[in-house]
Amino acid sequence: MTESTISKSYKRNEDPRLLTGNGNYIDDIEIPGMLHVAIKRSDYAHAKINKIDTEEAKKMPGVVAVYTAEDLGDYWRPGPLQVPPPTVIKGSIFHARPLECIAKNKIRFSGEPVAVVVAESRYIAEDALDYIYLDIEPLEYVGDLEKSLDPGAPLIHEDLESNLSADVRQEVGSWEKAVAEADLVVKKRIVTKHVAGGAIENRGIVIQWDDSFKVLNVWATTQGPVPMRNSIAKYLGLMENQVRVMNPDIGGGFGPKIMSSQIDDVVIPWIAMKLKKPIKWVEDRRENFLGTTSERDQVHYAEIALKKDGTILGVKDEFYHNTGAYNPYGMTVPLNTQTHVISNYNIPNYFTRIIMVFTNQMVVTPVRGAGRSHGIFVMERLLDAAAKELGMDPIEIRRKNILPPESMPFRTGVIGQDFVESVLDSGDYPGALEKTLEAIEYEKFKKEIQPKLRAEGKHKGIGVIMFTEGTAVGPYEGAKVMVGVTGKVNVVCAYSNQGQGHYTTFAQVAANQLGVDIKDIEVVIGDTGQWQWGVGAFASRGMTLVGTAIHNAAVKVREKALNLASKILETPKEELELADGVVRIADLPEKFISLGELAMRANPTRGTVEEGMEPGLEAASYYGPPHGATGYGCLGLILDVDPETAKVKIERLVIADDCGTNINPMIVDGQIHGGLQMGIGEAFYENLVYDDYGQLVTASFMDYLFPQATDMPAKFEIKHIVTPSPLNPLGIKGIGEAGAICVPACFMQALEDAFEGMDLDITDSFMSPGKLYHYVQKAKGA
Amino acid sequence: MTQKVKVAITVNGTLYEREVEPRLLLSDFIRHDLGLKGTHVGCEHGLCGSCTVLIDGLSSRSCTLFAVMVDGSDIKTVESLGTMEKMHPIQEAFQEKHALQCGFCTPGFLMTTVEFLEGNPNPTAEEAREAIDGNFCRCTGYENIVEAVQLAAKKMAAD
Ligand code: FES
Ligand code: FES
Repeated sequence: MTESTISKSYKRNEDPRLLTGNGNYIDDIEIPGMLHVAIKRSDYAHAKINKIDTEEAKKMPGVVAVYTAEDLGDYWRPGPLQVPPPTVIKGSIFHARPLECIAKNKIRFSGEPVAVVVAESRYIAEDALDYIYLDIEPLEYVGDLEKSLDPGAPLIHEDLESNLSADVRQEVGSWEKAVAEADLVVKKRIVTKHVAGGAIENRGIVIQWDDSFKVLNVWATTQGPVPMRNSIAKYLGLMENQVRVMNPDIGGGFGPKIMSSQIDDVVIPWIAMKLKKPIKWVEDRRENFLGTTSERDQVHYAEIALKKDGTILGVKDEFYHNTGAYNPYGMTVPLNTQTHVISNYNIPNYFTRIIMVFTNQMVVTPVRGAGRSHGIFVMERLLDAAAKELGMDPIEIRRKNILPPESMPFRTGVIGQDFVESVLDSGDYPGALEKTLEAIEYEKFKKEIQPKLRAEGKHKGIGVIMFTEGTAVGPYEGAKVMVGVTGKVNVVCAYSNQGQGHYTTFAQVAANQLGVDIKDIEVVIGDTGQWQWGVGAFASRGMTLVGTAIHNAAVKVREKALNLASKILETPKEELELADGVVRIADLPEKFISLGELAMRANPTRGTVEEGMEPGLEAASYYGPPHGATGYGCLGLILDVDPETAKVKIERLVIADDCGTNINPMIVDGQIHGGLQMGIGEAFYENLVYDDYGQLVTASFMDYLFPQATDMPAKFEIKHIVTPSPLNPLGIKGIGEAGAICVPACFMQALEDAFEGMDLDITDSFMSPGKLYHYVQKAKGA
Repeated sequence: MTQKVKVAITVNGTLYEREVEPRLLLSDFIRHDLGLKGTHVGCEHGLCGSCTVLIDGLSSRSCTLFAVMVDGSDIKTVESLGTMEKMHPIQEAFQEKHALQCGFCTPGFLMTTVEFLEGNPNPTAEEAREAIDGNFCRCTGYENIVEAVQLAAKKMAAD
């Protein structure tokens, strides 16, 4: 056997292309005769539409067509839902209101599309937007999560009795019992704030209808090419193989690009077929802020019941979740919150309730972290509050309740976003805690450093929190591995890559079985013309699910190569090995046959074949786990705060993380870095803010603070723990969201520690410099 | 139709004489008129830095300039650096340090780095971080970019 290609930091195959301007992103696609789209969006958050007048716009030179919902005729219809309702959870209520794509009778959020202009250039299309006139009757805006359910609150969907979107309750054990036995119950109102996905590339789509072959070519920045293909086919009445959805290079995803059934994939393909012309639409940054999905808005009423010694008896968490104007993505986000509240500690009794509400705001779908960070924030804040009440050290209360390694696999009893019970598959949670404490020198900081600093009037605080990252959920993914006649290998799937390095890591997995150089493996991602089935890039599942499917397929290809070579070389296959692109006799390396030659022979053109024979040196495989694999870790921060300017310097950041086998450790670290950056942004810089009329006041990078290089610590100190997941042969767990979900909880703990004695009592996941200043002044009594 | 204006702009050593609408953004001129797609557009309001190019040697945001404003200038884009087969030392350093993930912001960082290292061929980590502070990246957390800038400086000194 040749050297393993797993757990090695290969340089990325895709980089030379991307570094030299040879990437091919959505806006780089040009097709002769292509038309351009601009979308007219509502400036009002809630309004009844009387009439949309497009006459003047239509007359402008260079404008080809203008469409409103009215012009779509019978084609106009809402939906479909992208994620089904949570019927597996008994008693759950879910009022499905999928996206309307283009508003017909009513506008439900500011930024909602109301008309589409098609023109010869984007400049002209945008000019024409100013000549579309809306005759509307403004309605009262609903933006407050809790007040949205007040009797008499204006209805966002008039056919419903209230703005309730869903109500889902789950209970493990008995919260009542926990309260009855408790020495102490701590209650908090905890708020998590609204953030954007913020990929540097906006969304976009290019459509080309080939009227002679009746094939619709679609290039889209989607994170889920197959579901998008299916939904386009259903809308347009085409067969799946008449619609080919392809991912170009994608400039970051972070969640919002998973959302399909929007104006781009529902309305623009219809127009392209009608006009028989290729069409491009690329979103601009303002549209991205206004109309693309975002996440994090929740209000929790959380309680924790404990014994005097800090033992947790139970947790109760009832929370409002903002789904925005529609709920096309089902309950993915709040279900993740429910599972992540209790996933680090032994909590025998847990009651949790989601109250999902409609508001006149952009639609909520996952953003990197997808509900997990809220759950972690709630639990870790509760523990800090409980520790304070009990006079315990925050670390002690965690040590006391943390799940021990012997408890793995641990069944939580709570149904998650994948509609199966969340099971923590493996890991050493206390190990992660201790590793972090040691690396950040917690004892020394608390006992030696901090007292000195306090005496000098300095405000430096430390925070340490635990997190889990539910990843790699089902249902399934698949891939095909094929050795070509040149001896090069092709790996194809219809997953989606937005920068995660799959061109390299998927190649590593295949190379490991086939004994070829990873540079000789060409990975095709996100092309439904080459691979027909799959789900999409979310929940940090690519490496685990597609990677495992590739592994399984490569094992089959290896077998096929060995069987065929064994016949040709007249040697038992046990005596053969795959290396350097050939199958050879291990003891007689000069006797070999190249993989390319085997591939040629694997397609016999005369004679007969054995029954059950499958041609080609190729194999396909699907993989679906029984439940997700769960990564976990511990984050430590030391923050240095200037109370007068509220400037916060992250002096140290230590993260211990276990994502099972690292296929490419360099790429794993990169995922952690990027996640941490988003987490730091969420804690201290980024916030989507609506005013009292439903206008998004942070719809540009001038108003929405994007975390920059000097906002980061000098070093992200990463400590790895590797507990291979028992769920898949390579032992992989996901890593995409770890960094993004742990920062706010730790940041707030460290801020409170920096101002010990002032009782900052932070219950909000976002603390801007301005807010921090006021907190400190208030706590000082100033 | 708006009247077009003649411009003569040198990009990556080639002189382009074109007629453009006065309102045509330089970023669109580079990308769509000249077909140089390496320069990316992330915000079109001057904040993210993906569209950074060098205009007469100075890093500038091509999305907040009109093409007519740079008539007679000499522009360098990412395509002026290395090729896939033979990358520029800065590009090599970005690959070695894993300083890119999706790669969308990367051309902007590369052009910022070209200018920065000309003025400071041996930067400290803090200086490198400060230098890239005006470019947004959502994927990398910046740490590897800082290291890549320093590694590039070393490579260029050795060349
Ligand atoms: S695209 Fe020019 S600065 Fe963002
Ligand atoms: S590498 Fe994706 S934005 Fe920088």
